[in-house]
Amino acid sequence: MSATEGPDAVFRSALANNEIVLPRCEDCGQYHFFPRVLCPHCHGTSISWHPASGRGRVHTTTVVRQKPEQGGDYNVCIVELEEGVRMMSRVEGIAPGDVAIDLAVTAFVGEAEGAPAVLFRPAEA
Amino acid sequence: MTSHLRGKAAIVGTGHAGFGEAPGLTSYDIMAQSALAALADAGLKLSDVDGLFCTMMEDSMPALMAAEYLGIRPRFLDGTMTGGSSFVNYLTSATMALEAGLCDVALIAYGSNQRTASGKLVTASRPPAHEAPYNPRYPISAYAMAAARHMHQYGTTRAQLADVAVAARAWAQHNPEAFQRGPLSREDVLGARMVGDPLTVRDCCLVTDGGGAIVLARADRARDFPKAPVYVLGSAAESSHRQISQMKDFTVTAARESGKRAFAAAGVSPSDIQVVELYDAFTINTILFLEDLGFCAKGEGGAFVEGGRIAPGGVLPVNTNGGGLSCVHPGMYGIFTVIEAARQIRGDAPGLQLDDIHLALAHGNGGVLSSQVTAILGSQDTL
Repeated sequence: MSATEGPDAVFRSALANNEIVLPRCEDCGQYHFFPRVLCPHCHGTSISWHPASGRGRVHTTTVVRQKPEQGGDYNVCIVELEEGVRMMSRVEGIAPGDVAIDLAVTAFVGEAEGAPAVLFRPAEA
Repeated sequence: MTSHLRGKAAIVGTGHAGFGEAPGLTSYDIMAQSALAALADAGLKLSDVDGLFCTMMEDSMPALMAAEYLGIRPRFLDGTMTGGSSFVNYLTSATMALEAGLCDVALIAYGSNQRTASGKLVTASRPPAHEAPYNPRYPISAYAMAAARHMHQYGTTRAQLADVAVAARAWAQHNPEAFQRGPLSREDVLGARMVGDPLTVRDCCLVTDGGGAIVLARADRARDFPKAPVYVLGSAAESSHRQISQMKDFTVTAARESGKRAFAAAGVSPSDIQVVELYDAFTINTILFLEDLGFCAKGEGGAFVEGGRIAPGGVLPVNTNGGGLSCVHPGMYGIFTVIEAARQIRGDAPGLQLDDIHLALAHGNGGVLSSQVTAILGSQDTL
């Protein structure tokens, strides 16, 4: 990490390099997300970065309904990663309505709103 | 032990304006009309107001804008913005400020023209950076995901969610001030346009114009006003997150803590409460808050609301004005929970007036189940 790169920039720079990294607190050992300068669990400030396992499960999900001419329906969900953190994302590769709670998913770096973003697809059986 | 603040301030006036559609008016116009109505109700003038408690959907300094618009120079100003719960939260700060002598007449005020201005939620708040790229529809996607999780964990059904909307409509049908008064069945709700699974458009609150205002005074002079005073017996808050992705348990809100502390402050329990006014932005809210405030056990909210049990003639009167689902929802509904609770206690509710009401609960929700504020209000007899 360069001296001028804050936690959010570290996360986004990694995404730009096709990597997903997660912040972990050196004091309590727990991961957190979103990135920040302190640990929301123990308030420690020694934060290190680690490649994400990419393995997760859909914690909850919805379909945003939209007219086809406006782009059609799409998925919005909350994924809980193996590391214990949750993030908003979407599952691609299946119909939005087929994304179900507890579905096992795998993370990949895709694109959302023109920028690199963490997306998910159903995990291989 | 009850709170030192128990009964130290009372609501001595309520008012509203611009319900439904108020074409041509700005949000501040509607706020000011509401303030004038509440002050008239209290037999006071704007020049009597020395404490202002206000936030709006627009601007980053709405309390200053409001004070300027009203032509007053408040010596106590609270513009804390916790979303729709703000106005229930102001009951706490207003009571504290009155009790401490920092002001003598506290005015809580709000207004919005969001229906005629845009037809959708107007907000100055920025989408959270790590959620925005996925385009959740704000705020419905958040509530939809809470509902999905509640259904998954507790077997809550869409029909039970629908019954919340049906009950709200049944109350609204008696309320000439309510915006939506047409018939509404469970089938109507279930068959309505799906907007964010599992919620249809009828599981969602209205988008209306409207404003509300409340005047509070110290208890020692609360009986000097034209209307019967309604005392703030207890009020408490807790916030748990801002972004829905940060909500620890999607089926449990901070209303559990705010409710517990509000009841303790007032020295009463859920079974003492005669009427309940909850911020029902979406049908799932009513179920979550009934559970978290202790009116039923966690997971039993669906069964609790089923088949008219919270409708007129049911086991517990909930959202007796028709709520945000059928009465009014101008961006933030919180103030109307307090106004309806106070009017039920005073005996001048606009719709179905219940008999002999002395204890009522008003509950505000802000953000995406983020901020929870509970207030217990009581008549003179409850002091």
